[in-house]
Amino acid sequence: MARLELKQVRKTFGGASSADGVSLTVEPGEIVAVFGPSGGGKTVLLRMIAGMFEPDEGDILVGGRSIVGAAPERRGVGMAFQNFALFPHMSARDNIASGLRAKTAKEAATRIDAISRLLKIEHVLGHLPRELSNGQKQRTALARALIGNPEVLLLDDPLRNVDAKLRYEMRLELPNLLRRGAASVLYVTQDYREAMAIADRIAVLMDGHVEQIAAPEEIYSRPASVAVARLFGDPSINLAEVTPCNEHGALVAAVAGAKVRLGANGGTATDRPCWLGVRPEDLALSRTASEDAIPARILAITPMHEKSVLLLRLADGTEWFVALPPDAPHGAADDAVFVRFLPEAALLFDRATGLRVGLPHHRQAA
Amino acid sequence: MDHGSLAGRIFRGVALALILVFFMFPIVWILLMSFQTNEQILRIPPRILFEPTLANYEALISGQLRTAAGNLEISFMHNLWNSFVLSSLAVVLALVLGVPAAYAFARYKFKLGETIAFTLLSFRFAPPLLVLLPLSLYYQELGLNDTYVGIVWVYQLIALPLILWIVRGYFEDISPDIEHAYRLAGHSWREAFTHIAVPLAGPGIAAAALLSFIFCWNNFVFALILASADKQPVTVGALAFVTASGIQYGQIAAAIVLSVMPTLLLALYAQRYLVEGLSLGAVKG
Repeated sequence: MARLELKQVRKTFGGASSADGVSLTVEPGEIVAVFGPSGGGKTVLLRMIAGMFEPDEGDILVGGRSIVGAAPERRGVGMAFQNFALFPHMSARDNIASGLRAKTAKEAATRIDAISRLLKIEHVLGHLPRELSNGQKQRTALARALIGNPEVLLLDDPLRNVDAKLRYEMRLELPNLLRRGAASVLYVTQDYREAMAIADRIAVLMDGHVEQIAAPEEIYSRPASVAVARLFGDPSINLAEVTPCNEHGALVAAVAGAKVRLGANGGTATDRPCWLGVRPEDLALSRTASEDAIPARILAITPMHEKSVLLLRLADGTEWFVALPPDAPHGAADDAVFVRFLPEAALLFDRATGLRVGLPHHRQAA
Repeated sequence: MDHGSLAGRIFRGVALALILVFFMFPIVWILLMSFQTNEQILRIPPRILFEPTLANYEALISGQLRTAAGNLEISFMHNLWNSFVLSSLAVVLALVLGVPAAYAFARYKFKLGETIAFTLLSFRFAPPLLVLLPLSLYYQELGLNDTYVGIVWVYQLIALPLILWIVRGYFEDISPDIEHAYRLAGHSWREAFTHIAVPLAGPGIAAAALLSFIFCWNNFVFALILASADKQPVTVGALAFVTASGIQYGQIAAAIVLSVMPTLLLALYAQRYLVEGLSLGAVKG
């Protein structure tokens, strides 16, 4: 199988930049999720690989061979579209069969039967697309993309238009399914949970460039910038403006009147304006005041079964979220509480550049 | 409105009947005229009840027009055949030229694209009589006067813009992703065009073809100038009923009935596809 490489790919539409020097590599058998806010250039990137647009600059290679300028049918690329893009005048079987060329009828039938059994659509093969449920449409489109054993598989938000239950099931099944063919998989999604569940690595695409590409845990625990940190997590990361200073060898910062201790990794942050970021689940509440606990008041409590989310207002007016286990005692709205977190849980971002303090200053860790 | 109440149903029935009478009366009257002799038609006051005669149809089909001034040869059936041949060939040619062109205009942006499309449409704005004088001179020069080829060619002014603009809209309604998906499955753009785009725009193509067939069929002035008796369509041929001894109303009515029949049957047959075509965009998802 073949590796997919993007080298400094650029594309502008009428002056607006959709890809501004995107470089990334997908190894055979690897699933890389392309995740980012809408308008970040995710779909344009897929379409350049599929051959619907050509990049203005840069190169796209499959197995070391440039595919820029090649006709879409000669690129060895399979794609599943967000809107399914099934052929409305063909049965599900013919839709899937369209991905098979120059095969004997018997061989084609065997392959179609195998893949449709895998995707649990063997009972609807005779139906037209309009007779299929959204889930069946999505599986048919997936089968069509998979059956030709493409070297590169592009999935454009394939779970966007299916219901919540099926989306959850597919999140569990897809990784296995996609790894069977050992293709290089690029998976576009707007849901960070989907990206974290499915992908080996996540490429965070913002304003046409890769802000960070790393394993899901890495991106969550060590986001490259404050923008990346904000995209991952529900509720989203808590931020506060701080200027850390060195006190008796330890890094500390004033947050809403409290003096909190920060981790040692932010050594270069001393006396620089920074964002302090703390994940809601890293916060702990107590009723007892101390110098390093931030005084706050509970504004609202949302029980969410697997956790309780509390909205707090800190003494300086900043609003923070806290996620607690459901059985933890957390009081009631309007209670005065004190917030603590471990120094290791604190993330520091430079307020001028938005980049995490302690990281090298180029944007991509290649 | 209450559909169930008796008054409501009666009102609806009466209203429908009035509308039907208003629109159908001319057609019904012509149908009745076609079964009457000239004397019966010109009777004052006209009568609804009369002894029907098939003489008009007989005269048209046999090609012998009996008038007070004697027997007249007419070639009505041949004219009908001419109409059929000319309109069909014109539509087929316009489809062959227009459908790929419509696809190009719908899918690709190219230099002067909109200008070319609009120029083709503007042929429909030009008064035909203005075009005809220079055209007939050219046709004489080229030897195209009074040939099927010449008339089919000039009918492209009617059929081609219609097909181009209607079918273009249908192609634009097809999600390009569907074609992209077909190409990524390993097919050339030509296969995507013939296997995906054309079948999906099928109802639109049928509707456009039917419309342009009707427009070609009803054309009068092009054929009047550019064709002689031998190549004349039925619209021009009907002039033969204005004879020295008066206007043959009965035969004219019968000729109208016969010449409307093919397009009417075609429209009735294609109605299903037309409706399907018109509602295609409404059932997304």
